[in-house]
Amino acid sequence: MNLSVYRIALKSIISKEIIRFTRIWVQTLVPPAITMSLYFVIFGNLIGSRIGEMGGYSYMEFIVPGLIMMSVITNSYSNVASSFFSCKFQRNIEELLVAPVPNYIIIAGFVGGGVARGLLVGLIVSLVSLFFVPLQLHNVLVIALTVFLTSVLFALGGLINAIYADTFDDISIIPTFVLTPLTYLGGVFYSLTLLGDFWQTLSKVNPIVYMVNAFRYGFLGISDVSLLTSYSMISTFIVGLYLWALYLIKTGYGLRS
Amino acid sequence: MYALEISGLQKTYSGGVKALKGFDLKVGKGDFFALLGPNGAGKSTSIGIITSLVNKTEGSVHIFGHDIDQALEQAKAQVGLVPQEFNFNQFETVLQIVVNQAGYYGVPRTVALQRAEKYLGQLDLWEKRNSRARELSGGMKRRLMIARALMHEPQLLILDEPTAGVDIELRRSMWQFLTQLNQQGITIILTTHYLEEAEMLCRNIGIIDKGELIEHTSMKQLLSKLNIETFIFDLPTGSHIDNLAGFTCRMVDDHTLEVDVAKSQGLNAVFQELDKQGITVLSMRNKANRLEELFVELVSEGRNRES
Repeated sequence: MNLSVYRIALKSIISKEIIRFTRIWVQTLVPPAITMSLYFVIFGNLIGSRIGEMGGYSYMEFIVPGLIMMSVITNSYSNVASSFFSCKFQRNIEELLVAPVPNYIIIAGFVGGGVARGLLVGLIVSLVSLFFVPLQLHNVLVIALTVFLTSVLFALGGLINAIYADTFDDISIIPTFVLTPLTYLGGVFYSLTLLGDFWQTLSKVNPIVYMVNAFRYGFLGISDVSLLTSYSMISTFIVGLYLWALYLIKTGYGLRS
Repeated sequence: MYALEISGLQKTYSGGVKALKGFDLKVGKGDFFALLGPNGAGKSTSIGIITSLVNKTEGSVHIFGHDIDQALEQAKAQVGLVPQEFNFNQFETVLQIVVNQAGYYGVPRTVALQRAEKYLGQLDLWEKRNSRARELSGGMKRRLMIARALMHEPQLLILDEPTAGVDIELRRSMWQFLTQLNQQGITIILTTHYLEEAEMLCRNIGIIDKGELIEHTSMKQLLSKLNIETFIFDLPTGSHIDNLAGFTCRMVDDHTLEVDVAKSQGLNAVFQELDKQGITVLSMRNKANRLEELFVELVSEGRNRES
């Protein structure tokens, strides 16, 4: 098989995924804009004005990068989890399994779809935030790299969740009971320096802390952890999750009898 | 080189069920092959392994010489699958489904669009190209799966009960379409419960039962094994026959006669006897499809031997 065959296959999966989430834009693109607007109004304007500065910036400026990252994480994850599980449920995943598509292309295709939705939602939320606060750009490269790697990581997480899932409930358990608490405790709304030593150390086990801080550094130039540590953590998680997903698809877990 | 060569194929499911017990099969290039068997015999498992939807436990599968263990992608590229169950995204349009499928096989979009027009047109679905799959009737969904399987122009087309639940008119048009494909050189493997379909279309046949191949021969040879056929004669109401010299016969009701005819006897003798008794024959037909009789005979023979 030559590379152009793989390229066409990858393009087909990604475009199918993009068509899917744009077809149901009311379910996929509008809710994050509304939810984040509420966060901006309530936490940023109403409560934030009473909190004052954090890390040398207004509370609104401080939480904007974290809120953008939160929507990127949620959307990258849920796009792949729901799309891949739906493919399993309707059995149209068989369209891919019978075709000469290598497993890494299947993973890249679904992850590509999740990244596309994560980035589009991130852009929409960023534009919404402009109504509330002027956006600062300290380092565009750091912003782009962090948001891309984060959406890759959570798209892989969504894929693994979908492979293991047997029912639609199974694809909402991880986002509800794992992802949401980790995100809220990941330094979106506060600086880790506000926490005591024990809680600071414990927070550093949370991978989302590294993503939110690297992303915030890109906007504001401030971070509770170093960029090198952040990127090392994100990369390690990506490699680990990719190998896990590859193993599951190769062995046919939940896909082949 | 065979289109399909299976050797020692075994499949034991995780629950311990042995679906295939060392199964050998060869299907020649250009053949129209019927793979028959009762429900649960192992047909779908075999097809699943050939198309890599099921992991085999042991044995080898070669598709046009490509070993699925060594050259899986090359093997997959040769095969088009029409599964038993509808397995497309119900929310996608007909055109999206077939064009995406072509894309997975590396067919460029412009070529895929041309092929979509060709195959959807041939299967009377072009007008429905922008309809969502869930809006199609059952027969249209079956035809959509055939069109989808042809988008990468495979050399081996496997159809798992393609005409299940399809009305007779549509079934006949599908038979015609499949015959044309076979005439163009595409090897076809068909599983079906309509044995008339297999008899009409296929040149060679394999019968599988309880994970073993119990018959593997040409359709002609298999049918020649049939020694006795039962014919039904429709007679005028009130007809009565006690005996028909040389034949076993019975009146089913006052206008229906069943006669068992051995291959050596021929039908002329039956008509002569009926003529002698002054009986008028209004019409005549086979009691059952010939292949159906043989199929039942072979499967029950195998099961009797086993017990």
